[in-house]
Amino acid sequence: MTGAVCGRAIKGRCERAGYHLRVAVKAVAKLNAHTLRADFPIFEQEIHGKPLAFLDSAASSQKPRQVLDAMTDFYETSYANVHRGVYVLAERATEALEHARERVGAFLNAPDAREVIFTRNATEGINLVAYAWGLSNLGPGDLVIVTELEHHSNFVPWQFIAGKTGAELRMIPLDEQGELDLSVLDEVARGGTVKVVATNLISNSLGTINPVAKLAEWAHAQGAIYVCDAAQGAPHTKVDVQALGVDFLAISGHKMCGPSGASALWGRTELLLAMDPFLTGGHMINSVRLEKTTWGELPHKFEAGTAPMAEAVGLGAAIDYLEAVGLDAIEAHEHELAAYALGRLGEVPGIKLYGPPADRRAGIVSFNLEGIHPHDVAQILDLQGVAIRAGHHCCQPLMQKLGVAATNRASFYLYTIPEEIDQLVDGLQAVRKVFA
Amino acid sequence: MSDPGLESLYREVILDHYKNPRGHGVIEGADAEAEGQNPLCGDEVSVYVAFGEDGETIDDVKFSGRGCAISQAATSMLMEMVGGRTATEVASLDKDELLAEIGVPLSPIRLKCAMLGLTTLKVALHKAKGTPLPEGLAGFDELDLI
Repeated sequence: MTGAVCGRAIKGRCERAGYHLRVAVKAVAKLNAHTLRADFPIFEQEIHGKPLAFLDSAASSQKPRQVLDAMTDFYETSYANVHRGVYVLAERATEALEHARERVGAFLNAPDAREVIFTRNATEGINLVAYAWGLSNLGPGDLVIVTELEHHSNFVPWQFIAGKTGAELRMIPLDEQGELDLSVLDEVARGGTVKVVATNLISNSLGTINPVAKLAEWAHAQGAIYVCDAAQGAPHTKVDVQALGVDFLAISGHKMCGPSGASALWGRTELLLAMDPFLTGGHMINSVRLEKTTWGELPHKFEAGTAPMAEAVGLGAAIDYLEAVGLDAIEAHEHELAAYALGRLGEVPGIKLYGPPADRRAGIVSFNLEGIHPHDVAQILDLQGVAIRAGHHCCQPLMQKLGVAATNRASFYLYTIPEEIDQLVDGLQAVRKVFA
Repeated sequence: MSDPGLESLYREVILDHYKNPRGHGVIEGADAEAEGQNPLCGDEVSVYVAFGEDGETIDDVKFSGRGCAISQAATSMLMEMVGGRTATEVASLDKDELLAEIGVPLSPIRLKCAMLGLTTLKVALHKAKGTPLPEGLAGFDELDLI
C-alpha cells in the first residue's frame, strides 16, 4: 500500500507545483497487488489443494481486513438503531452512518451528501428511479433508451416500468468491437420523446467503457434524464457525477471491497425533491396522520426502514481503502492485467475473445472455448483452484447479440496478480485435454 | 480429497453421450413437445415425443438445444431410458433413476443442469396427456409452462 500512496503523492505534488513540462512521462501511480493481497484473508486458503485464483471480482469483490474490522468495531462499540435515539450509542451509530454517507458523497464528487441514498444494491437504486421517477413521468409516446450491453439491473426495471406506463423501451446497439454504436443515436430516438437514457459506465460482461459524459449530453439535449449504472464502474475508475453530467448514478458496495447489503444511489437534489418516495414506512416520514403522511427530508424520504448500518460503515471503510490505494493506480493495474490476459488467453487454441482492445476496457475478459460449454470450463477450472464465472452474466440481450447462450468471464481487481491469469491459462489447457 | 476429481465428473460415459448424443434431433409433428430453459446459464432444450398406436407408449423421443456436457449427456441418457415406457410411467420417473445412470455426484447447481431434460420431458407429457407435473413445477399455472 505504501507504494501506491507514494505514487499519488508524487503526482499530486507535480501538479500542484505546475511542473508538467518538467516530467517527460506522466507519473502513473502503481500498486503492488502482491502486497495488497495480504490485506484479504480469503487468500489464506487453498481450494481443491491449489492456491485460490479468484477471477470473479466483477460479480463481487473480496474484502480487506480493514473493512471487516471497521464493521466488527462498529458492532462492538457503537451499535444501536440510528436517528431519533437520544442515548450515546444511538448518537454514535448515527454519526457513523452519516459519516459513511459523506464518504460516498465525496467519493462520487456529489455536490451534497444528502443526495446519497443507501440501498441494498445497485439494482435497488435503479428500481428506485424507475418507479419513483418513471411511474410519474413516463407515458405513451415516451422512449426509454438503454443499451445492448446492459446488465439486467438496468434493463428489466425499465422494461417493466415502460410496460406499466405505455412508454417504449429501445436499445442502442453495439458495433463489432463490443462498443456502443453512437452513429445511430438519432435513429434510435426517432418517432418518440426520449425521457430516459440509462446505460452502464463499464459493461460487466465485456468490460467496455462507455462514453457516459457524451451520452449524457445527448440525453439532455433530448430533454431526457440520464441514469448511470456504475456498479462495475465505481470499483475501477474515478467516478465524478458532476464531470459525467448524469442525473442519477447507482453504485454497488460489494463490488468495491465493501460488504454485501450496502450500496448507494446518487441523484440530483431537484429531481429527488420532486419525486414520490419508492418504499414507504418507518423513518422516511415527516408526520403520519390517518388522512395524510408527509415525507421526510432528503435522503430520509428514500430510506424506509432500518438502514444497513454496519454495512454502510463497511462501505465507508472500503472507500477509505480504495482511495488510499488510489483509483488511478487501480485503473492502471486493471488495464495492465487486461492486456496481459488478452495476450495469454490468445495462446489457447480454439478460444474466442469478446469485447474491445485492452486499452479501451476494464479488467474483464469474456471468452468461449470452441465446442466446450462455459459451465464445463468453469467446473474443471474450479478443480484447479480457479474461480471464474460462467453464464449469461445477467446480460441475455447481449448474449443474443453475440449468438451464444453463455460465456466464460474472468475479471480482475486490485488484488489480482498475473500468476492467477497464468493459472487460468494452464487450467484452460487442462479443460481442452478433457474434451479432446 | 472428498471433491469429485476431473476423472469422475467427466467420466468417459458422460463425454461419450455429450459428443455423440442419442436421440438428438427434432420430430416433426410430434405428439408432445416442450421447451425448457435453465435460467442460471440460459441453456435451452426442446423435447419431442411420438406415441405408438396405443397413444400412450413412447415410440420415439428426441431432443434439441444447447447446453453443458452434464445437461446434454443427462438428456441423451434419458432418451435411451424412456423409449417403450408409457407417459404415466415417465411422469413418475424418479430423478434418482436418472442420477444413478449419470453416476457421478453433482453439486446443487449442476443438478439443475442434469434435470433440465427430464423436467422438460415431463412438462411435454403433462401438456399432451395431463400427467402430473415434475416436482417443483406442481401448482404452476398452465400459462407459466408455455
